[in-house]
Parts: sequence; C-alpha cells; structure tokens
Amino acid sequence: MSDRIHVATRKGLFTIERGNGRWDISHTNFLADNCTLVMHDSRSDRPGLYCALDHGHFGAKLHRSFDEGKSWEECGVPTYPTRPEGAEPQIDMMGRTIPDSLQLIWALTPGSAEQTGRLWCGTIPGGLFRSDDHGESWQLVESLWNHPDRKQWFGGGADWPGIHSICIDPRDAKRIIVGVSCGGVWISEDDGESWVCRAQGMRAEYMPPERAYDPVIQDPHCVVQCPAQPEKFWAQHHNGMFRTTDDCASWQEITNVSPSTFGFPVAVHPVDGETAWFVPALNDEKRIPVDGKVVVNRTRDGGGTFETLSEGLPQDHAYDLVFRHALDIDESGDRLAFGSTTGSLFISENQGDSWQSISRHLPPVYAVRFDKPGS
Amino acid sequence: MTLIRFTRNIQRHIECPATEASGSTLAEVLESYFKTNPQAQGYLLDDQGALRKHMAIFVNGTQIKDRTHLSDAIGEDDVVDVMQALSGG
Repeated sequence: MSDRIHVATRKGLFTIERGNGRWDISHTNFLADNCTLVMHDSRSDRPGLYCALDHGHFGAKLHRSFDEGKSWEECGVPTYPTRPEGAEPQIDMMGRTIPDSLQLIWALTPGSAEQTGRLWCGTIPGGLFRSDDHGESWQLVESLWNHPDRKQWFGGGADWPGIHSICIDPRDAKRIIVGVSCGGVWISEDDGESWVCRAQGMRAEYMPPERAYDPVIQDPHCVVQCPAQPEKFWAQHHNGMFRTTDDCASWQEITNVSPSTFGFPVAVHPVDGETAWFVPALNDEKRIPVDGKVVVNRTRDGGGTFETLSEGLPQDHAYDLVFRHALDIDESGDRLAFGSTTGSLFISENQGDSWQSISRHLPPVYAVRFDKPGS
Repeated sequence: MTLIRFTRNIQRHIECPATEASGSTLAEVLESYFKTNPQAQGYLLDDQGALRKHMAIFVNGTQIKDRTHLSDAIGEDDVVDVMQALSGG
C-alpha cells in the first residue's frame, strides 16, 4: 500500500504521508506557484517526481526531482515546431485559430519499465509529446498532430482541445491510448507511429443530433485502464459515464445512476476491472455536488449497480468539485484519495467505504497522485 | 549597446540581471541576450517566438508595436524593459 500522496494545487505542491496511523502534510514545494499536475515515476532506472507549473505570464514549465521532492530542477517542456514561413495558423472546427504553442501540460505518464527515460505528455492545445531522457527534451508526436481528424477537435471548458489521459498498455508498451477533450479516445498500436479513433458508442449531448455519436468530437473528461484487465477501460464523459470491455472497440453508456452521471474523474481498481469509482456533480451547467453533499459512487459489477458512499464526507452545504486528475487509487486498490476545488482532501483506506478529511483549506486541488511501487 | 532590464517578478524563477545586448531590432537584441541566458527565452516568448500574451516590452518607456515578429527598431543607446503586463496570468 502506498503511504505517500502528492497533491498539486493552485498554490503549491503538497506531500501527504501516513505515519502512526494518520495522514499529515509532511512537506511543501513551490508554495504560491500554480502546480497543475504531478507525476510519480517509480521505474528503477531513475525514480522521479515531476511537477508541472503554469506561471501564467511566463508560461507552462516542468520541474523534476530525483530525491523524493527534496530538491528540484527545471527540465524541458514540450515545444511546438516553428510554423513554416507563410503558413497559415490552424483553425479549429469552430473557426478559431489554434495556437501552435504550449498552453498547459495536461497529462504526464511514464513509459514501461523497459523504456528507460520514456515519458509521455499530453498538452493543451492538443499535442502529444514523448521524451526519452526523463523530460530533458521532448518531441511532438507528429502522426497525431498531423492527423486530418484532429481538425475536428475543439476545446471544452478550456479554449483549446487537450490530451488529458494517457494509458500505456501493460500488455504492450507500444500500445498507447489517449483521451482528448474534445476529440474522443485515440489508440496507437505502434508506439505512436499511427493512430485511430476508438470512441464508438460515446454520445455527445452538446452536438446536433446527427453528430451525437461522432467519435472524434466526444468529450471524455477522464479515461482509465485496468492494469490487470487491460481490455477494460472506464471514462467519465461530459454527459455520462462509459465503459468498454473490448479494448475500446465499443463503449457502453451507463445510465440511471444516482445522484448524477456528470463529473470529471474516474478511478478503476488495479486488479478488478469491474470495480470503479466516480465523484458526481450536478450537471455541466451547475458544477456543484448534488444537494450540497459530497459523495463517491462505486460500482463492483461493471456499472450494473452503484453504491453511493458518503461516510466521512461533508453532507451539508458542501460545494467541492473534483477535477479530472484529482482522484487516484493506490496499487493495492484499497486506498483512494481525492481533492477538491475548495481545498478539501479526503483519503479512504477501505475502497471508499469511509473517508478521512485530511484538510478543508488547501488551495484549489488540481491533481492527486499516490506514490507508485518501484519496478 | 542596448541596455535590457527585467521585471523583478521573473527573478524568482530565473536570474535575469540587467545587461547589455546588441542588435538593430528587438528580435536581434533578444537573440543576442538569449545566447547568454537561453532559459529566459521560454519565459518571454511562446513556441513561435512571439511575445507571451501577458508580457510587455517597452523601449525607452514606449510599448513595442510588433509583439509577433519583434521587429521594432532599436538604437544604440536605447533601454529595453521587459515587464509583466497588467493582465491575466
């Protein structure tokens, strides 16, 4: 089980550790700076911690630590290639110019244990990048950036489309699955050389009816893959919950879930692909908990039924929203943690049956990540 | 030589001491400066070499006109100030 959690917030990076049976903030980094994402890379060749920052005026940056967060250094950031002289800027399907410049680091994922130094990074405005030197330098995956269907992508809550979820298939590290808002789910079988969209079955309420099932305009808010049953994926979508049990060939919508099917994050059990957790909010127009009660929805039967878990969570005038990277599960599948926009952090040690409140007054939480076991 | 000075806000991220640089346009002056401080480029300019949206550059107290190509003319004794724009960020 993991005894350490990294929490990236609007005002710094917080490390939470378990000792003597309780969880406490053990140390902080980048206080007052906007930490948008954190990733723990446990691979034995060079275990590291990576923190994405958005300095606003000065742009998005990436820092890394190889001593468990004691010291940090700025490393490279994904950079879009210089536009050829005279080339027109790209226009999205809404008719807006897409900047070919890094706006935000929105996904960070280590490669497999055999891929020394390999990291993957998803960004806004929609570029996927690869590093083979622990983030020192990055290369744009041009096959996806230049894919003609990428022009169909568009921004949802953000101005521009973005890649927020990256899954490296445990059966074959050359198989990469990415989730795009708004652009569906894309799979490469050849280490990023070529890509196909695999979002058949997803449904978009925000599009005209004739395009509601168009795969390349879907808005999966978060996509996760079960490590032990890698043919099973879950997605919290903009207007519903979806799952697939056939390697994304077809997605099934899960309906009639109380109190809501809207939300941002989803977590899947590392061994049992039928078990997943969601943190619902009212709907896309009212992004608050239903009736002011923070709850977690858990299914153990592939979405057939759900339990609404609330023990230890605020049930009166609570307005916590949980962003897509702010829910995580440890490698045991017993411990979960999530943080909210109103600075709450909750941890469960029993698969969500009950929750401990670690803090109610952190800065807005963007990402929560457990330390992963070494490989 | 042209004197180039930086807002103190940037100094807590990267050291950018005031220094002299050469060039007849702002792009040339910055290119000359980035040779001595390459890390600063990504803090001032976006991936296409344009001035970041929430940055501002003044030449002798006047804001530059060309934020995209940085083609504003620079004289020998000019002073370039790199500031945060009072917007966003």
